[in-house]
Amino acid sequence: MTGAAREAGADAAAPASPAVPRRLPYGLVLLLSGAFLLAAATAGVAVGSITIPAGQVWEILLHRAHPALAEPAWPAVRETIVMDARLPRVLLCAVVGAGLAVCGMALQAVVRNPLADPMLLGVSSGATVGAVVVVVFGVAWFGVFTLPFSAFLGALAALVAVFLLARSGGRMTTVRLVLAGVATAEVLSAIAGFVVVTSDDPHAAQSALRWMLGGLAGTTWEMFWIPAAAVLVGTLVLLGVSRPLNLLLAGEEAAAALGLDVHRFRAALFVLVAMMTGTIVAVSGAIGFVGLIMPHVVRLLVGADHRRALPAAALLGAGFLIAADLAARTLVSPEEIPVGILTALVGGPFFLWLMRRKAAR
Amino acid sequence: MTRTAPGTLSVQRVSVAVDRRTLVDAVSLDVAPREVVGLVGPNGAGKSTLLRTLYRAVRPTSGRILLDGDDVWRMPGRRLARRLACVLQEASGEFELSVHDVVAMGRTPHKRAFDGDGRADREIIASSLGELDVAHLARAPFERLSGGEKQRVLIARALAQRAGTMVLDEPTNHLDLRHRLDALRLVRRLGVTAVIALHDLDLAAMFCDRVCVLHGGRVVALGTPAEVLTPELLAEVYRVAAEVDVNPHTGTPRLTLLPGSGPREEAPFT
Repeated sequence: MTGAAREAGADAAAPASPAVPRRLPYGLVLLLSGAFLLAAATAGVAVGSITIPAGQVWEILLHRAHPALAEPAWPAVRETIVMDARLPRVLLCAVVGAGLAVCGMALQAVVRNPLADPMLLGVSSGATVGAVVVVVFGVAWFGVFTLPFSAFLGALAALVAVFLLARSGGRMTTVRLVLAGVATAEVLSAIAGFVVVTSDDPHAAQSALRWMLGGLAGTTWEMFWIPAAAVLVGTLVLLGVSRPLNLLLAGEEAAAALGLDVHRFRAALFVLVAMMTGTIVAVSGAIGFVGLIMPHVVRLLVGADHRRALPAAALLGAGFLIAADLAARTLVSPEEIPVGILTALVGGPFFLWLMRRKAAR
Repeated sequence: MTRTAPGTLSVQRVSVAVDRRTLVDAVSLDVAPREVVGLVGPNGAGKSTLLRTLYRAVRPTSGRILLDGDDVWRMPGRRLARRLACVLQEASGEFELSVHDVVAMGRTPHKRAFDGDGRADREIIASSLGELDVAHLARAPFERLSGGEKQRVLIARALAQRAGTMVLDEPTNHLDLRHRLDALRLVRRLGVTAVIALHDLDLAAMFCDRVCVLHGGRVVALGTPAEVLTPELLAEVYRVAAEVDVNPHTGTPRLTLLPGSGPREEAPFT
């Protein structure tokens, strides 16, 4: 009797509640991510065949922003290296990394599956086909927008195809999703490869190879603006719809019951993600796993609420890809590894670990 | 903390057919403001399907559903969600949303893009968590909760919607005895219009103003618990023999199942 009473008392005093994850305050996470991004960017601009001191990098940038901010005390060639070679590449890395991380997070919410990623779902391969077709056949209907637009169409087609393949009777299992994504990616990569190999223009084949491997070598300012605009706009829109994104995590019916027009919202997200991925792939090729790893790291740090997770994902994704690209061009210098190979080396094992953990649950 | 006024719900000859199978057959049901109607019936009777037409997960093949005179299938989803809140059978995801995040979703229909959670929202979320006795779990991951805790969190989310009408699909599933009573008492206390699918007929008798019995997609009985829950109906619909007397504490019908004495016509393996 007393035992039962004690048990009941203990139960009331300390209900068996699941462990609350210990997290840093959100502001601190953002601050640290921002600091990481800034440090990576500084290192990315400073380090290379000619290493420039970090302080001088900032002086050059300040001088460019406004001549009164810093006295020029450096050889002109350094300014050229910073402004024309390294800065556009580092900034493009930031845009690509942020965009991929944000796209990965949005895709994971849309398909309600944490294994989604632009590359794994074949979206990047679709964009690659679009890009390769334009380059090999020399299409130029829309001037500078031809390439990103074609990549966007390829990405959208791949995304819709995978979604329809993975869904049967309104349900989508992880296995079907991953298989549909991998199969679509394989087929599209084969198509891209076929187009490149059968092309008789060696120059086109050379530049098409860039998309197959994923890399940011030879970035120029001209390549920067379109993806930068697409990623900026896309991220802002996603932040605006972060509440509806949360609803998707609750499931289709619950989301509809909470007032969301699920079908229209999903279609709009497909277009948005395809636009971001397409413009990204058009300049960087298919870089995998950034969109898989970053959302997971961010959810561990700040939780799954998209209002908090999206900004952190953008910052961390940007910093991560700058760091990865820095490693890609310094590890075996003067040779350069395509950064997609590095992210795959890190991301592949991560993906496997994630799958095992999910299966264990 | 304004709550939408309790609604008048009118289900008018609603039918649902999927692949030529009629799941719901010309169901009509009028629910007055603040009335709590229990939807009962055996498995596959069409309870969930009927509820799904109310929150727009399944479009009726024919018939219409009016909430305060407005066709629920013709109003924007957000407006409906401000007036009608739902507790669905538990859905699980793969994401580590916290309990607080899940309940905060209930505020979405009241929010525009980029709106933050204001003080009023935070108070509503906190009081909803408190009402369902899950405030201590606010920061825990929803995925790791027990079935009963999840169910209470989902009820709290519906509460945070501050809608005048609620639809609940088996809200007492997974709940222990105390929380079953608490959940239904809470729905009564809120003074909302409610349609609740229930398996437990004793609870339906105790907490519902009227009980609607579905069988094979049709309404076979509709009335106060005392009118509807009779041994004859239980034998016909559930194929069980039961005694019904009056619960001396509540004055509502009380069921006692008689073991091993199903109606004779239900011979096995015929």
